Amino acid sequence: MERQIRYQREADLEWARQFTKHPGSERLLSCIQCGTCSGTCPLSIYMDLTPRQVIALVREGFREDALRSKTIWLCASCYSCSVECPQKIGITDIMYRLKREAIRSNLYPKRFPIPVLAREFCEMVRRHGRNSEFWVVFRMALRSNPFALFSMARTGWHLWRTGRLSLRKERIRRINELQVIPTVSKEVD
Amino acid sequence: MQPSAKYLYYPGCSLKGTGIAYEESLLTTLRLLEVAVTELPDWNCCGATSYMSVSETSAALLATRNLALAQQAGMKDVLAPCNACYLTLRKSQELVAHYPEMAQEVERFLEQAGLPQLDSVRVRHPLEMLYTDIGVQRLRELTVRRLQGVRMASYYGCQAVRPYSEVDDPHEPTRMDEILRAVGVEPIDYTLKTKCCGGSLTGTIHEVGVRLNYILLKEALRKGAQAIVTICPLCQFNLDAYQAEIRKQTGEPIDMPVLYLTQVVGWALGGGFRELGLHRAISGKKLIEQWFTVKKEAETYV
Amino acid sequence: MSEPKNGEVRIGVYVCHCGANIADTVDVKAVAEYAASLPGVVVARDYKYMCSDPGQELIQEDIHNLSLNRVVVAACSPSLHENTFRGAAERAGLNPFFVQMVNIREHDSWVHSDREAATEKAKDLVRAAVRRVYFHKPLEKRRVPIHSEVLVVGGGIAGIHAALTVANSGKRVYLVEREPTIGGHMAQYDKTFPTLDCAACILTPKMSAVKAHPNITLWTYSEVVSVDGSVGDYKVVVKRKPRYVREDLCIGCLQCIDACVFKEAKFDDEFNLGLSKRKPIYIPFPQATPKVVVIDPEACIQLRTGKCKKTCLEACAERGAIDFEQQEIYEEIHVGSIIIATGYQTFDPRRLPQYGYGKYPNVYTTLEVERLVNASGPTGGQVITRDGRVPKSVGFILCVGSRDERTNRWCSRVCCMTSLKLAHLVKEHTGAEVFIFYIDMRAAGKGYEEFYQRVLNEGVHFVRGRVAEITDWAMDPSEEGKLVARVEDTNTGFVRRIPLDMVVLAVGIEPQSDALNVQRLFGIGCSMDGFFLEKHPKLAPAPTYTDGIFIAGVCQGPKDIPDSVMQAGYAAAEAIALADTGYFELEPNTAYIIEEECSGCKTCIPLCPYQAITFNEEKGKASINEVLCKGCGTCVAACPSGSIKQNLFEDEEIFSEIEGVLAYA
Repeated sequence: MERQIRYQREADLEWARQFTKHPGSERLLSCIQCGTCSGTCPLSIYMDLTPRQVIALVREGFREDALRSKTIWLCASCYSCSVECPQKIGITDIMYRLKREAIRSNLYPKRFPIPVLAREFCEMVRRHGRNSEFWVVFRMALRSNPFALFSMARTGWHLWRTGRLSLRKERIRRINELQVIPTVSKEVD
Repeated sequence: MQPSAKYLYYPGCSLKGTGIAYEESLLTTLRLLEVAVTELPDWNCCGATSYMSVSETSAALLATRNLALAQQAGMKDVLAPCNACYLTLRKSQELVAHYPEMAQEVERFLEQAGLPQLDSVRVRHPLEMLYTDIGVQRLRELTVRRLQGVRMASYYGCQAVRPYSEVDDPHEPTRMDEILRAVGVEPIDYTLKTKCCGGSLTGTIHEVGVRLNYILLKEALRKGAQAIVTICPLCQFNLDAYQAEIRKQTGEPIDMPVLYLTQVVGWALGGGFRELGLHRAISGKKLIEQWFTVKKEAETYV
Repeated sequence: MSEPKNGEVRIGVYVCHCGANIADTVDVKAVAEYAASLPGVVVARDYKYMCSDPGQELIQEDIHNLSLNRVVVAACSPSLHENTFRGAAERAGLNPFFVQMVNIREHDSWVHSDREAATEKAKDLVRAAVRRVYFHKPLEKRRVPIHSEVLVVGGGIAGIHAALTVANSGKRVYLVEREPTIGGHMAQYDKTFPTLDCAACILTPKMSAVKAHPNITLWTYSEVVSVDGSVGDYKVVVKRKPRYVREDLCIGCLQCIDACVFKEAKFDDEFNLGLSKRKPIYIPFPQATPKVVVIDPEACIQLRTGKCKKTCLEACAERGAIDFEQQEIYEEIHVGSIIIATGYQTFDPRRLPQYGYGKYPNVYTTLEVERLVNASGPTGGQVITRDGRVPKSVGFILCVGSRDERTNRWCSRVCCMTSLKLAHLVKEHTGAEVFIFYIDMRAAGKGYEEFYQRVLNEGVHFVRGRVAEITDWAMDPSEEGKLVARVEDTNTGFVRRIPLDMVVLAVGIEPQSDALNVQRLFGIGCSMDGFFLEKHPKLAPAPTYTDGIFIAGVCQGPKDIPDSVMQAGYAAAEAIALADTGYFELEPNTAYIIEEECSGCKTCIPLCPYQAITFNEEKGKASINEVLCKGCGTCVAACPSGSIKQNLFEDEEIFSEIEGVLAYA
């Protein structure tokens, strides 16, 4: 049996306090736990925690519970919750922030394709300046679930036939301008 | 570069790949409207949702470079047809406007990259451009042929109307319907017009992404739509590419064209089948051919 | 420092701890010690609660024993305790205007955290007051007589109760209501929570009592158009709109309505919120008071075109009550005080399109459902949806437009209980499965929690969660043809889809759309939310900052019927007390003119917001009516010749106070 209790010493209150200082999180403490975010979210029905529960965890300082949840990765950034929230809380931005921290703290679900895609995508863009859809998806599938490639083949075939699939790796000329990014950004997040 | 161009076109990665029909139809439509447009030179990926998931600052900087390139080109309006590109570019502007730390980062980055500081660049979406700059009345006047009696569901997806409501109202958007009516198409009452298609989920958690698209397609069918009209390459791809799979899974008789708004408008303005990328559809091909193939003798001019 | 005109100045300084409120942030002992060192200060003390009896006695004893003639109290805001300390000084034989207060609580300890700096600030403020009080002069309070008549604006339950209470004390009351009948929103309700008393049974007797009361003049279909004067003597002009029916002749037989050329009622019935129709000539509801019909000039053919057969006129030939020539009448009255009870409006749910109000016919507001369950309502008390079905499932969405940063931030306070009541009634009428979607259940009145328990036990489903949307798209065959609520059930943590035949939106309460005009008309304040501002939220919740004007009922903030009635009774008591005192004491901080220096330039006259300055043609000088003057100081600052002065704000008082703040010790 798994212990389902949280001791107060497990709550990282300083982390919770700092959290409210980030873009979109300023009104976090105004949450009245009404559940509008979860109600309007098209993906909440697949989440292990509803968005409302994630907000509650963050506010109470249960950092690991929030960072380990699949919820943050299922967020498709459709901004319904942010627009509908009666307290104007930037819930989508909060999800983004949790994703970033989960990656940084190595707490994201390892073979879960979404964070893998995010990292492959960024890697591709960092190197080439553009994203070549085929290659990003291909590499993501290799790293998360190679079998998925079989089922993707059919879609790929349709795209190929209609001239919508390019195997070329797009690249920008002045890539040097982008390479400034990691050095200048001291990662405020 | 054409000095007379009014808009700088920022395609984003999708419009060069899976969404190429969007590019073709947009450029054709603009040509028919006699609006000069030029592609942003050496643009880079906007970063989409993925970059924001890894680093907020880097995501903002990445998006900003494109705006700085537009600044460099001395142009005011950047046309971003992809909803994700539109949102990402707008978001970087908002971050800079509201967070001094972010503004500083951007300033430093532009300096180091040898790019001009941002001033008055505006990010525009084609829907907003068509509605505000061209106007429904003008579109009606320029329409040379109409899809009489064809019912379509206008579908916005998310990021064009949310969280910034400049493209249209986030709750009850109407501009696409107005444009469709102007060019002779009958829009249906489509409650789900701003619900999410799942974005990249079809590629990651496939069954979840497909389910979201099934809901969108099924409701459009239920409300009597014969086609769905979109303004985002990812929405179009998701709704278009998985219909066969959905048919197999659910047994629902779904085979529905998923068109770009610019394909519908472009055709009404007299654009050709291939130059509007209409040959690139995966689903609903029969209807597309039936509606848009120009048979010289049967062509209905108005 | 020049010699004061009042002989030797002996100042006592009293620094209050206010328990820990001040003492935690300000070193009160150090402030007192510092004050003792200032010129003119004979004694300086600190004390835990200066406003308490022992605190006041401390000051009084010092006045006696040390012959103090000036007192500085460093404590809280003067709006709280200035009168307390002035009274203490007066009882010790000192003119009360020799007391000066320093606010080291709201202006200091409550807004700072740095103890050292806060203490220094307190010293600076005390020093300024000591310098200022040096120049104070003895002043006399003036008294103005009070008219005993009272005006009550608004004829809902609060206005009715206030009017009856004042009238019962023997004073004349004018009750002005803009609708054709009194009764307000309460008249529309079916039953009242938590006792389920029939609203009409408890309200209509009070309405008749108003009509029959010898001390009440009832003007319905009337509006206050101007208010002049001040406490004791307000001159009020009331516009009486033409109802095209003579109130003195109509007996409410309603034969004119039957006779109207419109055979079918085809105009939206306002009282039933458009759920039924009425004719151009109508009575709002059978128990309307006065029981007099009214003609809608927008709908009546005669009034619109002058070309009607006027069958109503024929039907009323004997009494001759119908009068198409009626014009508006302006009545002028003088009253000593005014009670404003103008009520509220409900939130327009079209502003939240996700709930589909106005789009889906079976989405209702709570007020509409009040009419549906009402036995004398448009359906005779049957709960039938707009498409003619008895609903099998009904959902109530709470907090619609309330507790929302994008609409109204406040809790409307009655929606929980209203929904519980209507849920009970709808279930009773239809046997439907009833769902209540709530964020927090607020049932804090007497007997309210018990009513909540009762409804819980009746099997109503309580889903804790704010509904994200109401749609007509069906995901499941069970949802076909129904409205669907998508909501997170935050108790279970599931997102649920619940098919409903009828959706009821518990719309919030907001200020009347013309509240701002009313506020300006009567010269009272509004709080941030737009409701009228009381003088003190706890200790003076019916008086306003304008003397002689009281507020009652929901125009002051959302409240239920018992609270409205209590506030109305309290406002009435204040008005009665004022009238019985017979006079009102004015602050002496008014402006006055040194006639020799007035050049007669008239600059001050249009600037005065209270029309207190007139021009004396004979003398060629301006003259200030001290009764009207509120001491705002506008004329004092504007006078080019410096001939206007203001008591308690003389130049030397203000300048020495400023010097005191700026002088570093």
